[in-house]
Amino acid sequence: MDANGSGRRRFLKQAAALAGVAAGAGAGAEWAARGQTAKAEAQPTVAHVHGEQRRGVRMGIDHITFYTPLQDYAGIITPAHLHFVQQHSSHLPEIDASQHRLTIHGMVDRPVSFSMDDLKRMPSVSRIHFVECHGNSSPIIHDQGNENMGPPVQFIHGMASCSEWTGVPLSVLLNEAGVQRGGDWLISEGADPGKFTHTLPLAKALDDCLVAYGQNGEPVRPEQGYPIRLIVPGWEGPFNVKYLSHIKVTDQPYHNFNQSMNHSLVRNDLGGKSRWYWYAWGPKSVITRPSAGLEPLRKGYVQITGLAWSGGGAVRKVDISTDGGKTWKEAKLQGPVLPKAHTRFTFDWAWNGDEAELVSRCTDDQGDVQLSRAELYKNWGISDDEAKKPARAIHFNAMQPWRVARDGSVSDAMFS
Amino acid sequence: MRCSLKLLVPVMMLAVPALGFAQQQPRLGLGTPLSQDEIKKFDFMIGPEGKELPPGHGTPAEGAAIFAKRCQVCHGQNGQGGAVRRLVLGGPGNPHKGPFKDNEKSALSYYPYATIAWDYIHRAMPASNPGSLTNDEVYSVVAFLFYRNGIIKETDVLDQNSLPKVEMPNRHGFVPEIPVYPPEKKPSWF
Repeated sequence: MDANGSGRRRFLKQAAALAGVAAGAGAGAEWAARGQTAKAEAQPTVAHVHGEQRRGVRMGIDHITFYTPLQDYAGIITPAHLHFVQQHSSHLPEIDASQHRLTIHGMVDRPVSFSMDDLKRMPSVSRIHFVECHGNSSPIIHDQGNENMGPPVQFIHGMASCSEWTGVPLSVLLNEAGVQRGGDWLISEGADPGKFTHTLPLAKALDDCLVAYGQNGEPVRPEQGYPIRLIVPGWEGPFNVKYLSHIKVTDQPYHNFNQSMNHSLVRNDLGGKSRWYWYAWGPKSVITRPSAGLEPLRKGYVQITGLAWSGGGAVRKVDISTDGGKTWKEAKLQGPVLPKAHTRFTFDWAWNGDEAELVSRCTDDQGDVQLSRAELYKNWGISDDEAKKPARAIHFNAMQPWRVARDGSVSDAMFS
Repeated sequence: MRCSLKLLVPVMMLAVPALGFAQQQPRLGLGTPLSQDEIKKFDFMIGPEGKELPPGHGTPAEGAAIFAKRCQVCHGQNGQGGAVRRLVLGGPGNPHKGPFKDNEKSALSYYPYATIAWDYIHRAMPASNPGSLTNDEVYSVVAFLFYRNGIIKETDVLDQNSLPKVEMPNRHGFVPEIPVYPPEKKPSWF
């Protein structure tokens, strides 16, 4: 029997099953369609109130993506079933937690294996942090939406979510193993079929990383890395290795496939060389309501609301412009305001019926300020000609403008 | 919020002494010690110097047969791309020197070290049955793909000693060439 053929069939079957979960039978399928949000909100149902919101979905033969419906949730916590997923292998692993082990080996005094029971006996912490795919908000996605992927704010920016993660500080586990002098890097490997692997500096591991077994009060879900995943607060998605099974302590980075191919970007400003080893996300924000494709505005009071976050620390302030960045006013931060966590902002506005362009701008407590697309493109050496066409990019944290037309409809103004 | 800050403090204190760290904190004594024999059974990660490469060897010709049987269904004839990623740019004797477009990053010529392809193919490929290729088969498939990318000659043999020495055409195509932490710039300007 052809092993490739059977594997592919298995993947397609599982992908179809996942799509069923994501797009949903019955009400869910319609819910996922762009523009249906307003209709659903106008006629709330018990099912909707109790979590029938669906992640947008996009699938390729070697990846599965679910997008968080940022437009639909309140506060700062993403319900676990709405947390984004970016799965870089053909199917989700089925892991028996009682058999799962986390090993720490390499440049350590005492190579050690931890069972789930060991991990749950250890001192635990719970902390609220965002996790965001390094490819979230990529310019190229602006042109690629479809009815399965939700409205623009969902498929453009919805590979970012925020949870309360519970687990053991990685520093405690490394202390059990005893890191040797010179062991400055950790290579983390997952138990998924693609053996997702990423390199993490020891200093960050000792600072604030977690081996998490809990998410929002329940076990980490299978698509989030059950039974354990790494949480690397504030840093780009690939560091947060799911199905964590091995940590090898080394004296140098290993540049594995996921790092060198998937987590690098060819840049004009570097003479066509690639930037790699990106770490923390820069300051970022997006207005989630009003936003493109949702219900049209009516004249009078409008609450502008959205999310801001930064890998550098806590959000210090969010400024709002309703005239495309000409003038700015400070938004209210709705607590809690936590480091490396989503922060909800609101802004009271009265729409007078004229054309408007809504933009938010985040400043973090390190003084780092979110850039416009034009500023970011200038840094990266992208010419004006090239800039008219959305490019593929990672690590993209530019401000998102939404245009309000005279009829109250809202559209994406990033490239137009 | 006060609560989570309090929790953060002891963690930060643990983090301060990076050197001699292991000696300064009491251990919990949890977990099961691992022997070197046990580690060998799961430690397949290969670093850029190839120190962990297992014995084995393969040639482009041997790799061509294995590729046709195990890889071509997804990656296309000679790795030119099919249902998924294209693995070959340039051609025999004619390596692609860059710059690379974003959709060309999947070609083996993109990687700065020869070990990266061996490591990934060995642990994660073929997607339908990862880890099912023997060490000799992995050396062979890598030899075939390096040959098609113009990186090695048709007569070359790859083994645990020769593979790490293969000079990759994009060896100096990454910034910073030697990754550093902490980074030199703020995230926004990075």
